[in-house]
Amino acid sequence: MNGAAEGAEQRLVTPGEVIGTSLDKSAGIGVLSQGEGMIATRLGWVRENNDTISVDPINSRYTPRSGDLVIGVIEAVRNNLWFADVLGPFNGLLPMSLAPWKVEFGAARQFMDVGDVILARVQEVDESHSVVLTMKGVGLRKLKEGIMSSIPMNLVSKLKGENDENLRALSTASDCRVIVGENGRIWIDGDSTGIDLVRKAIDLVNKEGHKNTFQQSLSDMIGNTPGGAE
Amino acid sequence: MGGYGDVKLLNDDGTRLDGRAIDEMRPLTAEVGILPAADGSAIVTHGLNVAIAAVYGPVEAHPRKIQRQDRAVVDVRYNMAPFSTSDRIRPGYNRRSREISKVTAEALESVVLVERFPRAKISVEIEILAAEAGTRCAGITAASLALADAGIPMRDMVVGVASGKIDNIVVLDLDKAEDNYGQADLPVGILPTTGEIAFLQMDGDLSPEEYNTCMEYNFKAAKEIHQIMIDALKAKYDGGA
Repeated sequence: MNGAAEGAEQRLVTPGEVIGTSLDKSAGIGVLSQGEGMIATRLGWVRENNDTISVDPINSRYTPRSGDLVIGVIEAVRNNLWFADVLGPFNGLLPMSLAPWKVEFGAARQFMDVGDVILARVQEVDESHSVVLTMKGVGLRKLKEGIMSSIPMNLVSKLKGENDENLRALSTASDCRVIVGENGRIWIDGDSTGIDLVRKAIDLVNKEGHKNTFQQSLSDMIGNTPGGAE
Repeated sequence: MGGYGDVKLLNDDGTRLDGRAIDEMRPLTAEVGILPAADGSAIVTHGLNVAIAAVYGPVEAHPRKIQRQDRAVVDVRYNMAPFSTSDRIRPGYNRRSREISKVTAEALESVVLVERFPRAKISVEIEILAAEAGTRCAGITAASLALADAGIPMRDMVVGVASGKIDNIVVLDLDKAEDNYGQADLPVGILPTTGEIAFLQMDGDLSPEEYNTCMEYNFKAAKEIHQIMIDALKAKYDGGA
């Protein structure tokens, strides 16, 4: 094995597996260079990009990065800030200065309470992995109607497709507003038949998202729905 | 150990009581992703042992005093089900399960890239459903698989194997009778890619030569188990890419 899998066949590796030498490549995400070798640190597929070799994990908890669009659920309220669960290791912190309203000290609970769902962006992540969220920005708001679902965060890019193509097709076919957060939470708003279609698509991602036939299956499903893409 | 001189553990033709050769392992099977609620999970059957491991996390470590500002803590809870042996075990923590939880946690901390998750906790729950000697090894193997299934970054997986001495002969993978009436037991946690040792315990006495033979057997078995683990992990995502 020399790690030069150039073809369409992607290679599934397990933690500790030697996937190449560090002489000609540098280690990307999910790869550790140890001596002259490169070892995978996660169960996933090897991806080679120019000089970097990395492993796309099959299953992983969401790690917040600044700039990510996330859907969070309020878990706790203080006088001047909210804590939101964003499916990461730590709760996101939303200070009242970054909320879209003018909030008086002590009045935070009147704007949002435990259980409310928000669309927010990750403002910053510090070295101890504390997450600060912001709701100042275009479209960032409290989500009032619609339903929420979720998929494993590593399948988010599969559901969205290249340049969000799948997402647009799905919105058009279902006549729903669909927002996919980087943390794997999905918010859907529309009529019940539309929501049903989106839910079927989410089921498909959960079951087959990791297969290379997924794109075809999804296109088939969207195309075959009455009222879908004509 | 050694107090049961009249118990014969080897047949006249050199095989063991259950018919295995002296360097033969009990059959081992593994499967991952068996518990939908956990972030990662695995079941390992090794001979008559059945071990289930579930991994949750990384999540914020609570209570706060166990948090480490520079790394994650690995919290292992090893538990034997009351029905896992012929004598019912009193449920809950005991001295033995505490000890095994501790050595397992230390073995796993040496492979998990804990510095990636400061202030977090990775919970590993190991439940022994059926026991027949060698549960700590089955448990650590299951825990490694569950960690890999959960997508926790690791340098390598830890493989639990044991060998020991019965009737003055070194044998691989002791079963219940051999463990109870044999002379020594040497469970080891091996990192199969690098050949490093993540934990090692010894019960009974071994001469240096016997120890070396034991380790030779252990490394051989670790390779076999490692392959089974890789197959189990890949089987879950078969047909993928």
